[in-house]
Amino acid sequence: MLETVILTIAKIIIFFAVLMFFVAYGTYAERKVAGGIQDRIGPLHCGPFGLLQPLADGLKLFFKEDITVAKSDKPTYYIAPILAVVPAILVIAVIPVDENIMITDLNIALLYFLAVSSLSVYAIMLGGWAGNSKYPLLGGLRSASQFISYELVLGLSIVCVAMLVGSFSLRDVVLYQKDMWMVFKQPIAFICYMIAAIAELNRAPFDLPEAESELVGGYHTEYSSMKFAMFFLGEYANMVVSSAIATCLFLGGWYAPFSILPFIPGFIWFLIKTFLIFFFMLWIRWTYPRVRFDQLMGMSWKVLMPVVLLNILVTGFIVTFGR
Amino acid sequence: MYQAISPYVPVLILILLAVLFGVVTLLIAWLVRPNAPYSEKLSPYECGVEPLQPGKLRMSIRFFVIVLLFLLFDVEAVFMYPWAVMYKPLGWWGFIEMALFVIILFVGYIYAWLKGALEWE
Repeated sequence: MLETVILTIAKIIIFFAVLMFFVAYGTYAERKVAGGIQDRIGPLHCGPFGLLQPLADGLKLFFKEDITVAKSDKPTYYIAPILAVVPAILVIAVIPVDENIMITDLNIALLYFLAVSSLSVYAIMLGGWAGNSKYPLLGGLRSASQFISYELVLGLSIVCVAMLVGSFSLRDVVLYQKDMWMVFKQPIAFICYMIAAIAELNRAPFDLPEAESELVGGYHTEYSSMKFAMFFLGEYANMVVSSAIATCLFLGGWYAPFSILPFIPGFIWFLIKTFLIFFFMLWIRWTYPRVRFDQLMGMSWKVLMPVVLLNILVTGFIVTFGR
Repeated sequence: MYQAISPYVPVLILILLAVLFGVVTLLIAWLVRPNAPYSEKLSPYECGVEPLQPGKLRMSIRFFVIVLLFLLFDVEAVFMYPWAVMYKPLGWWGFIEMALFVIILFVGYIYAWLKGALEWE
């Protein structure tokens, strides 16, 4: 009993450390990729190839003065940054990195993921509302409506996967993909999932809540110092975990592609795939211009919703009558 | 290995750790950072001018409509989760039942579209 608890705590700390490493070097990767795409060099001066840049950024943010806006709603103002980072950390509980490496194997892992990840909208909403300022409020409102619109698409695209697998446990989902990855069986669900994930993360081309040209900084305009850093930590941690979930759901988790190179351990494959999806998100951000807000909402309600509902019906039809 | 404890215990530990991480990080930052406020610095940001109106604006009704639609469709989507897990054992009868459900959902969806609830003007 005690041994198990200690082992669990050790595992949690390792998972947490890996997540934080990914988050720190996610910011570095973002700047390097942005630099590469725009024909610049990117961070260069802190350490070899600028590798110490995330550490320097973190230290700088610790020592920055914190400005609490006059007439802001103090409790909400302080809770929002913590709420921004907590949901992303909670998701790592159910991510299976290898067949037997995971924090806990819940039989409702996918429901847990949906429930926990949708909490992050509260951080943005409350953060935008608490500042007693106009830009954050507008950014928060936009973000909330964007988030809930795409939450539906995300949830329904997961339904397509659960229909084939017959289980909500992420471990079962990956085991199901031993012979053939889900992305070949459910390409439409994969595309819908990726679009919804990028939109929920408020990343370009869907970064309307923090569109600089109209809303200054969006929901975190009034945040500074470490509170501001928490929002960014939350955003990148959310990117990492939704890449990891996409890997589990569609890209065969820890299985090697087409069973090549079987001597490479599964968790290495898992990390490589997660990083590739992460890189894909960066690539999209620095390639496409921002869409308009009515286009954004129309995309979710008028295009993705019917597509994903039809996908459920077609999947059901094939599973029932096609065998 | 996890028979000894409930699978939800790790989740509980993780919640504690996550909240602790947030609080401790903010506390450390509070200890080490400088603090020199004055009233201009603490005023809400408004592109360099004095704030003209109070910060809490009236908002567009479109946001409310979107929330309402989300509630309806999300409750309907929740019905699909247990059905999706039990899909194979249910067989063709399960398919027909859910097809009927999705068709009814579609009727409501088309109604909302024709009523202009999805337009953003």
